[in-house]
Amino acid sequence: MSYFSDIYKGIKTLLTGMSVTGGYFIRARKGVITQQYPNNRETLKMFDRFRGEVVMPHDADNRHYCTGCQSCEIACPNGSIEIIWDRVVDPATGKKKKIIDKHIYHLSMCTMCGLCIEACPTDAIVWAQNFENSVYDRSALTKVLNQPGSSVLDGIED
Amino acid sequence: MTNQEAQNKIKTEEYFINMGPQHPAAHGVLRLILTIDGEIIKNVEPDLGYIHRSIEKMCERDSYQQIVHLTDRMDYLSSHINNEAVCLAVEKGLEIEVSDRVKVIRTILDELTRIASHCLWWGVMGMDLGALTTYFYAFRDREMINDIFEETCGARLTMNYNVPGGLMFDIHPNFVKRTKDFIAQFKTKIPEYNLLLTDNVIFQKRTKGVGILTKEDAISFGVSGPVARGSGFSSDVRKHHPYSAYDRVDFKEILLTEGDTFARYQVRMMELWESVSIIEQLIDNIPEGETKEATKAVIKLPKGEFYQRVETARGELGVYINSTGNKNPYRVKFRSPGFSNLSILNHISKDVLIADLVAIMASFDFVIPDIDR
Repeated sequence: MSYFSDIYKGIKTLLTGMSVTGGYFIRARKGVITQQYPNNRETLKMFDRFRGEVVMPHDADNRHYCTGCQSCEIACPNGSIEIIWDRVVDPATGKKKKIIDKHIYHLSMCTMCGLCIEACPTDAIVWAQNFENSVYDRSALTKVLNQPGSSVLDGIED
Repeated sequence: MTNQEAQNKIKTEEYFINMGPQHPAAHGVLRLILTIDGEIIKNVEPDLGYIHRSIEKMCERDSYQQIVHLTDRMDYLSSHINNEAVCLAVEKGLEIEVSDRVKVIRTILDELTRIASHCLWWGVMGMDLGALTTYFYAFRDREMINDIFEETCGARLTMNYNVPGGLMFDIHPNFVKRTKDFIAQFKTKIPEYNLLLTDNVIFQKRTKGVGILTKEDAISFGVSGPVARGSGFSSDVRKHHPYSAYDRVDFKEILLTEGDTFARYQVRMMELWESVSIIEQLIDNIPEGETKEATKAVIKLPKGEFYQRVETARGELGVYINSTGNKNPYRVKFRSPGFSNLSILNHISKDVLIADLVAIMASFDFVIPDIDR
């Protein structure tokens, strides 16, 4: 006899569960939360702290804020950041000044931990909101963050 | 020769099959070597090492700030709690007392992590037992927590929001509102979970009386977390060794005595309510204060050993740091909950069906990178 009562109970609880899903089927038209792939690039707004990739912002005169202090390179846990730098004589003061040649960023090694950006004393590097990082060749993931011909903004060291 | 005689003459012998490392019911690369007789399991031997990344060795190379982000990759479903464990251990060594604000924010994020982890477990447990709907319902609600994390911490899974001495930056202005919205909505969803799966007779028949773990075995095998509490072993680190703001909130430690798969399921479902209650107690009055205590750029722990235990969503995580006074630790050891819980699997899966082993594994809530590290 318990065989039939088990079948009865099984069907009854199944229907209880289906009443939940059926309820959503009928009334949850406006509350649909399925997210589509963000093809709406013009109106898309990511969260402002979203960690996409590390970029170095430049102003209109192609100047950045990076003094080449290498704090980010030291803070990075997995060697994603390499800075090639040199000391050149500043013609105005006659003193030797540290200038970055290339700020190399290996996106392929980056774990998006955010330690480099926390370590940067001049906020020269920031997070970008970009989320599509797949490429056909991994060499494209090694990026030079400072633009060609760029220079450091005067007075940022102080 | 009658039929009965023929059956007696058939010789059966045990043979072994591999369950995993790639198996739809194992949530990761865990290889179980099953010795089976027909469909009855005689022996289960877990074989580890498929996702070993030598995180403990890498910790010896890194500075104390850099260790934190590696622990994200151990138990990725409770990454915030792992981060906190390392930070608490380092703070213990530096003898820093973080502000109340940091403690409360850490606790809220801990509990949100726990809810997210239990949500995912609930969905996956239903899926392992053949109920696909639970998966979508759980991920729908987990998505809201992920949004909270993304807005405040910047990442959805591997947050790395804790640093030794506090938090990386302050919470987002929307954090409180979003969390309250989530709590209000989530409280209506837990009864739905119960209607969908817990009350289902078919589900109960699959789980009740399966894989019974006694309290004595739980203690002697060092099992912790919801698995141990389903057997009546009071092992909640939040209760016994309170850290952060757990000493100022009021919550129950869920203890059930049945010890079967259904009891372990029930513990986690009731813990959802407790987590909701903890967040509700804290969210309205986050105290003002510093979000980060000043630490040196290069942290050097004094010579000695430091140990900190926390309660992750899976059980007790212990962080042991042995320092010789340098900027790198001499040795770091993680006592991960998954590894200890896995040790009991062979003991309680003797003479069960293969399908029941899937139910038992689902109730243990294994995260394989946590076992392997």
